[in-house]
Amino acid sequence: MKRELRILTPLGMLGYGFPIQWFEKGLEMEPHAITVDAGSTDSGPQKLALGLMTCSYEAYYEEIEILLLAGQRKHIPVFISSAGGDGSNIHVDLFVQIVEDICAKHDLHLKLGVIYSEPGKDLIRERLKEGRISPCGPVPQLTEEDINDATVIVAQMGVEPYLKMLDEHPDIDVIISGRTYDPVPIAAFGIKNGYDPALCWHMGKIMECGALCATPAGKSILGTLTEDSFTLEPLNPKERCTPYSVAAHTMYEKSHPYYLPGPGGRLDLSGCSFEQVNDRVVRVSGSRFEPTTYTVKLEGSKVAGERAICVGGIRDPILISQIDPFLDKVKKDVLEEYAEMGGVLLFHIYGKNGVMGVLEPNKDHVPLELCVIIETVAPTEKIAINMCNRARVNMLHYDYEGRIATAGNIALPFTPLEIPLGKVCEFNVYHTMELNDSCEVFPMKVLEI
Amino acid sequence: MKNIFLKDFAKVIRSKNAGPFEMTMDIVLKNQEDYLYIKENNIINRELISELYRIPQEEIITLCYFDNAHGIKITIPRPRPQGAAGETDMHAAQQHVPLMYIMI
Repeated sequence: MKRELRILTPLGMLGYGFPIQWFEKGLEMEPHAITVDAGSTDSGPQKLALGLMTCSYEAYYEEIEILLLAGQRKHIPVFISSAGGDGSNIHVDLFVQIVEDICAKHDLHLKLGVIYSEPGKDLIRERLKEGRISPCGPVPQLTEEDINDATVIVAQMGVEPYLKMLDEHPDIDVIISGRTYDPVPIAAFGIKNGYDPALCWHMGKIMECGALCATPAGKSILGTLTEDSFTLEPLNPKERCTPYSVAAHTMYEKSHPYYLPGPGGRLDLSGCSFEQVNDRVVRVSGSRFEPTTYTVKLEGSKVAGERAICVGGIRDPILISQIDPFLDKVKKDVLEEYAEMGGVLLFHIYGKNGVMGVLEPNKDHVPLELCVIIETVAPTEKIAINMCNRARVNMLHYDYEGRIATAGNIALPFTPLEIPLGKVCEFNVYHTMELNDSCEVFPMKVLEI
Repeated sequence: MKNIFLKDFAKVIRSKNAGPFEMTMDIVLKNQEDYLYIKENNIINRELISELYRIPQEEIITLCYFDNAHGIKITIPRPRPQGAAGETDMHAAQQHVPLMYIMI
C-alpha cells in the first residue's frame, strides 16, 4: 500500500462549534494528527489592541477538551495555532492553562509544546532602523511611533518553529502556538513526515478553513497527503468536495487567486489540477512552492481614542434634498470648537451612502428617509460625548434653505441621545519583517503535565 | 452584447476583506462557456474597475482571471484600515454591488 498521511481538522475556527458526530467519523478514519487554527484579524483591530479573544473562554475550553481527549484516545498529536485569535503571549498562556486544567480534570499526563510569537518591540525597532521592515500591501511605512503605540505586536510564524519542536520532541502530544500563518500546523506535519512541501502548504491552506471548501460549506474535513497529490473529504456525508468547490475556495479572502505568499516562500497554484476521485472526494496535484527571502508578517493595533455616537432619522424632503451642505455646516462649526482637542467627526448617512461611503457610485438616488449616525472620536470619552452632543444639537436646530419645519430637524430613537461606544482601535502594524533565522522570534518551551 | 446585468449572469459576486488593508471581490461564472465569454471579451478590465470604484488604475492590486474556478478576482485598497474611525463595513462584505450592474 502506498504511503499516506491523514490529518483531521474539526473546524475552521476554534471556538465556533462543530458537530461531534462528523468529528468522530474522522477519528474512525485513523488520522495521524488533529489540527485546528484559532487565528484571524477579520473581526477587527480591537482584539490586538485591547487583549480580547475571538471566542469566549468557555467555548475554547469545551472544544480543546474534546480535542485533547480524542488525541489521547487515538495516541495522535493535537496542534492548536494562533491561541485566542491574535496569538499574543497572554492568550498562549491562557490556552496552556486550559490544557493544564483539562488534564487535571481527566487525570491526563501529556507533553505540551508551547511556541510564543511576540518578537518584542526592541528587536522590531532595530529591524526598522536596518531597513528590514516593509509594508504588507497598501499600508503606510512603519514608524517608531507605530511601534510604541501598538499594544502588542505579534509575528506570524512559518513551519520552522513547528518543525523544530517536532524534531526535538517527536513524542509531543499537544502544541499550542501564538500567531501562526494559518496553514502551518498542517504544512509542518506533512513536511516533517517527508511529503512535498508544496502539497503540504496547499493542503494546509485549504484545510485551515475546515470544510469550507465543500459544497455546501461544512466544518470537519480529512486531508490525506500522498507522494504526488492530496485528497480532501468533508466528513458530513451531505457535503461534497468538487473540483470547482475546492478551486473556488482558494479565492476566498485572498489578495490573489493563485499566488499565496507566506513565510519563506510563495505558493503558486496556477498549475494545479483538481480531480474528482469519487462523489465527495477531490484530489489536488501540481501545487508549486517557490522559496523567497525569509520574512514574517507583523500584526499590531493601537487604541486610537474614545468613541460616541448619536442615531437620528430624517424624513423631511426639503432637508433630505440638501443633506450634504447641511451636514458640512454642522461639521465645520463643531470642528472649529473641537478639532484642537483632537476630536474627529464623521457622519454615516444610511439611505444615501452609509454602506459604501466614498465608494458609492449611485449619487442620484432620492431616498424617502435617511438615518444619520453621528460618530465622534476624541482622546477622552468626555470630549467624544460633548462633541457628539454639540453635533446633535446643531443638527436638530440649524436653519437650512426653505425650512418650514422649524421645531426640529432630526428624529431621535434612543436615549441617552449620545451613546458612549468605548475605545476605537486601529491596525497600525501590518508589515513584513526579515528574520536572521526562521525561529529567531519564536521562543518555545515544553511542559510535562 | 447580451444586454444583461452581470448579477443575472454570474453565480457568485462577493466582496470581503483580504487582511485589514485590502478588500477583494470575486466574480464566479456558472460554467466554462460563460467564463470564457467574459474573459475573451475582456469585459472585466482595469479601466472599468477604476471607474466603478473611483481609484486610479495603478492602485488596483489584483485583477486576475482564474481558469480553475472560472472566476475573476479583483483586489483594491480599503478606503481606511479595517475598523478605524469612520468604518462603514467591518468585513467589506457589501462592497460588491457596483459589479452587479456591469452590463455585459
